[in-house]
Amino acid sequence: MSERIVELSAADLAARLASGDVSSVDAVNAHFEQIDATEGHAVEPEDRHQGTDGLNAFLHRNREGALQVAREVDQARANGEQLHELAGVPIAVKDLIVTKGQPTTAASRMLEGWMSPYDATVTKKLRAAKMPLLGKTNLDEFAMGSSTEHSAFGPTRNPWDLNRIPGGSGGGSAAAVSAFQAPLALGTDTGGSIRQPAAVTGTVGVKPTYGSVSRYGVIAMASSLDQVGPCSRTVLDSALLHEVIAGHDPQDSTSLTDPVGSFAAAARQGAEDGGLKGLRVGVVKQLTGEGFQAGVQQRFNEAVELLQSAGAEVVEVETPNFEYALGAYYLIMSSEVSSNLAKYDGVRFGLRVVPEGNPTIERVMGASRAAGFGAEVKRRIILGTYALSAGYYDAYYGSAQQVRTLVQRDFNAAFEKVDVLISPTAPTTAFTIGGVDESADPMQMYLNDIATIPTNLAGIPAISLPGGLAPEDDLPVGIQFMAPAREDARVYRAGAGLERLLEEKWGGPVWASRNDVATTVRDFAAGAALGGK
Amino acid sequence: MSAINREQVAHLAELAHIEMTEEELARVAGELDLIVSSVASVSEAAGPDVPATSHPLPLQNVFREDVVGETLTQEEALSNAPDSQDGKFRVPAILDGE
Amino acid sequence: MSEDVLSFEEAMERFDPVLGFEVHVELNTNTKMFDAAPNTFGDDPNTNITPVSLGLPGVLPVINGKAVESAIKLGLALNCSIAPKCHFARKNYFYPDTPKNFQTSQYDEPIAFDGQLDLELEDGTPFSIEIERAHMEEDAGKLTHVGGATGRIQGASHSLVDYNRSGVPLIEIVTKPIVGAGSRAPELARVYVAAIREIVKNLGISDARMERGNVRCDANVSLMPKGATVFGTRSETKNVNSLRAVERAVRFEIQRHAAVLSAGEKIVQETRHWHEDTRSTTSGRPKSDADDYRYFPEPDLVPVVTTQAWIEELRATLPEPPAQRRKRLKNDWGYSDEEFRDVVNAGVMDEIEQTIAAGASAAVARKWWMGEIARLAKQAEVEIVDLPVTPAHVVEVNALIDEGKINDKLAKKVIGFVIEGEGSPSEIVEARGLAVVSDDGALTAAVDDAMTQMPDVVEKIKGGKVQAVGALIGPVMKATRGQADAGRVRQIILERLGVQG
Repeated sequence: MSERIVELSAADLAARLASGDVSSVDAVNAHFEQIDATEGHAVEPEDRHQGTDGLNAFLHRNREGALQVAREVDQARANGEQLHELAGVPIAVKDLIVTKGQPTTAASRMLEGWMSPYDATVTKKLRAAKMPLLGKTNLDEFAMGSSTEHSAFGPTRNPWDLNRIPGGSGGGSAAAVSAFQAPLALGTDTGGSIRQPAAVTGTVGVKPTYGSVSRYGVIAMASSLDQVGPCSRTVLDSALLHEVIAGHDPQDSTSLTDPVGSFAAAARQGAEDGGLKGLRVGVVKQLTGEGFQAGVQQRFNEAVELLQSAGAEVVEVETPNFEYALGAYYLIMSSEVSSNLAKYDGVRFGLRVVPEGNPTIERVMGASRAAGFGAEVKRRIILGTYALSAGYYDAYYGSAQQVRTLVQRDFNAAFEKVDVLISPTAPTTAFTIGGVDESADPMQMYLNDIATIPTNLAGIPAISLPGGLAPEDDLPVGIQFMAPAREDARVYRAGAGLERLLEEKWGGPVWASRNDVATTVRDFAAGAALGGK
Repeated sequence: MSAINREQVAHLAELAHIEMTEEELARVAGELDLIVSSVASVSEAAGPDVPATSHPLPLQNVFREDVVGETLTQEEALSNAPDSQDGKFRVPAILDGE
Repeated sequence: MSEDVLSFEEAMERFDPVLGFEVHVELNTNTKMFDAAPNTFGDDPNTNITPVSLGLPGVLPVINGKAVESAIKLGLALNCSIAPKCHFARKNYFYPDTPKNFQTSQYDEPIAFDGQLDLELEDGTPFSIEIERAHMEEDAGKLTHVGGATGRIQGASHSLVDYNRSGVPLIEIVTKPIVGAGSRAPELARVYVAAIREIVKNLGISDARMERGNVRCDANVSLMPKGATVFGTRSETKNVNSLRAVERAVRFEIQRHAAVLSAGEKIVQETRHWHEDTRSTTSGRPKSDADDYRYFPEPDLVPVVTTQAWIEELRATLPEPPAQRRKRLKNDWGYSDEEFRDVVNAGVMDEIEQTIAAGASAAVARKWWMGEIARLAKQAEVEIVDLPVTPAHVVEVNALIDEGKINDKLAKKVIGFVIEGEGSPSEIVEARGLAVVSDDGALTAAVDDAMTQMPDVVEKIKGGKVQAVGALIGPVMKATRGQADAGRVRQIILERLGVQG
């Protein structure tokens, strides 16, 4: 059979596992074969700081641990035990989520070698569902960035073009899913860190309603914005994974008590004939046009036309306060960052650097933080310290929290007219690694998040799904749906509906046209070796 | 807003406990100045009647029962410590020597 | 730096003191403020720890509901308004005993505010203290400084951190500036802290043991020239952890300020540390972050909203306020001002109340607690309440006297044996054979013996000098080791001699 296990969607793989067609051990082995063939190194090297000539999507491979769970699942299935729908389906976890028994680094030198003595709530949920954990995926250090270039362990490369970024901060999870290293992955989204990587890697990513997935055990970047969510190649797969990880957690004070929605059912409904009929879709005027790459805009417009042709009612909506969203986001995010990252001081865990002489703890803290954090993390800590400092609080942090109210009001007004909002996920396709000089203008990188940030400020759910390839560079474009808080099911319904329309138009998934990633990596590595001489 | 200078960044770096070289201070001052001027419009967006939103979804009174839960052992607590002694975390002197 | 002091009297002639207190009360909840680690004292280091108490990456706080109720109760006991809505904030500063390098506290929205506490100084003078606020926060870990002199931070080569205390619930009570105390300021300081300690103990929300740091006082002192209305620069003395130390520290700071000001110098606004050994304060190094804590609302916690119904429900559970209770008990017991004050100062009000409740009269209860038991405590150099003698013991001893089984003298011995752990009073009387000798046969034998020994006395009595009988009673008492009833002995002697008493 020519069909490869790794190219199966999670839903299809789950069905094969259930039927006994494929064993979980086979599935895990197949994915590790793909990982080994695409990472740029078959085994993990000692020094990770240089990155690789492959995808470099994983910071840790949990081969033995994953196989053990797979064996348990296969045994349980053989015994006729009742198992979770996704039992035995492997998953990759962003290295910002703590996992007992595996290192968690947040892609920072600060936490290199740190072993969490506890599991995140979402990790526990994956374990309870008996999903083998393939390993921990690369990210921008402490999830700060839009390119995964800020990882202390080298950038992750985009499977569509290894010279390009896979987005960020969750570039590792998105690249892994895109390159068939994993059918599913967990990401975290503070300002677009799930959706923007999904957009530029041709995958699906969902930021759930704030509070619907526990943040306990998720290394905090900006507490009031962070949310864990699913990464996958299909909308239904994200819905299935979302159902596994959602739910109230008494260890997270901001966790909602609502029952978990029927996301998979919503996705299936949206993909039915006429599933989009009567859906009121609002095109966000402020998130189109100027600043958006022509090919991105073109694919977006085509998607909107498709929706219309399928019976959706499309109108344009205005969200005037989005103008301030990026600024407000950077003030709130950096303020919370400056405080959340204070705990990394070399006292209880993590890197400790002791300067020459007989230094005090103050100096040891200062030296440890100087050595442990990268430039972007420091930049944001300093910005946040500034925004919170005496004399500036009202003008910056206080005002930013007011803007949050204004952005919520814009959304509320829009959702009185429509069921979902739609926009491109990111203004451009993937840019080249090193292509943005942040030191010259840090704001240029931040503009990547312009379309994803408003939903984080308002706490509402959003999905990014593939919208095709931009004609000018043949790179993936992402389409974003947004829905009111607690209405995550709507983004699955709309997303699955659009996904079906697009795949019918393309004659298959967006990745069908792409070159084999393992071959690309082999050629790239060979080219790099030649180029190096 | 006035431009952000090296001295301000030095003060912020001190508050944030991040040692910075002269070159870093100068560079970050420039970057910060750029960012701050880009986000300055935020302070003019809302009138005084607009309430602040600190939590995207308003919840209240989330309390825990006063019941002891699972704890770490001393070994687990110290397992990632850069330095420890007698079951405690060991840190360099807090004050400069006399 | 000049550390001269002026005499207190001289200081008082020239200046008026202004006080302010920040008292931290550790709650006695089962668990910490924001996590489920046990809140217990004295365990092995770093064992009362969860990932949250250690501030590990990824952890989140959850508010202890019981601690919030304790804070509301304390607010009500201090006659405060309770905030309809309040939130927690992060106070950002780096220190190795603070695992997150911020303390979760309350800033612009304390749970309780605008209260008042009416005190009585030792001589009964009333003094009212205005409470600015009472807010919830968490304690820090405990630092041990190694390598320096006597565990001080100065000169230490390194420090060790135990995070068992990190996250223990605290309520900080802040007064408004206190003016008008004059030369009573040191005494007022002690009385105030004692009152807070009594209130939190009475509410059952804290163990209130100052030696364990359950109640800790930061004392602010400033002076202004007599008659002035503008406050002077203040110092904040920390680490004042006994009632006596609070009084002494305030007194010392008044004298120190007075010396500085009298020399024409200026007071530096700073933190001072109290040293019990030298009974003086020293300048604390100003923290580099002290001027900018960058408070902002804690994004990991949601607001606390109090309804009137909830507040009233808690108010209904409040015990009688200590001051009111004292007034009532003094009245009920009929003690004089002085007697009652002695009882209060001896710390045996509860014991006397329980003794009376168990059936003894107020006078009897006072007689034993303030008499023999107090004497034994003083002799052992301990507090009365620390002796293992209970109200039930006292009542039992008193019953034995009433039944005529023992006399006062024996009762004192019995109490001594109770304290030595020999059992209940009845058991001791039984085991030691301490009962009064009421067997006439034994007494008659002892009387006959005595009469044989002292024929001259017998003759005197026979001759009508009845008062000479005392000379015979003494030897009889001695022979029965004090266990005889002297009245009965006298009766027997007179009977034997056929003399009318």
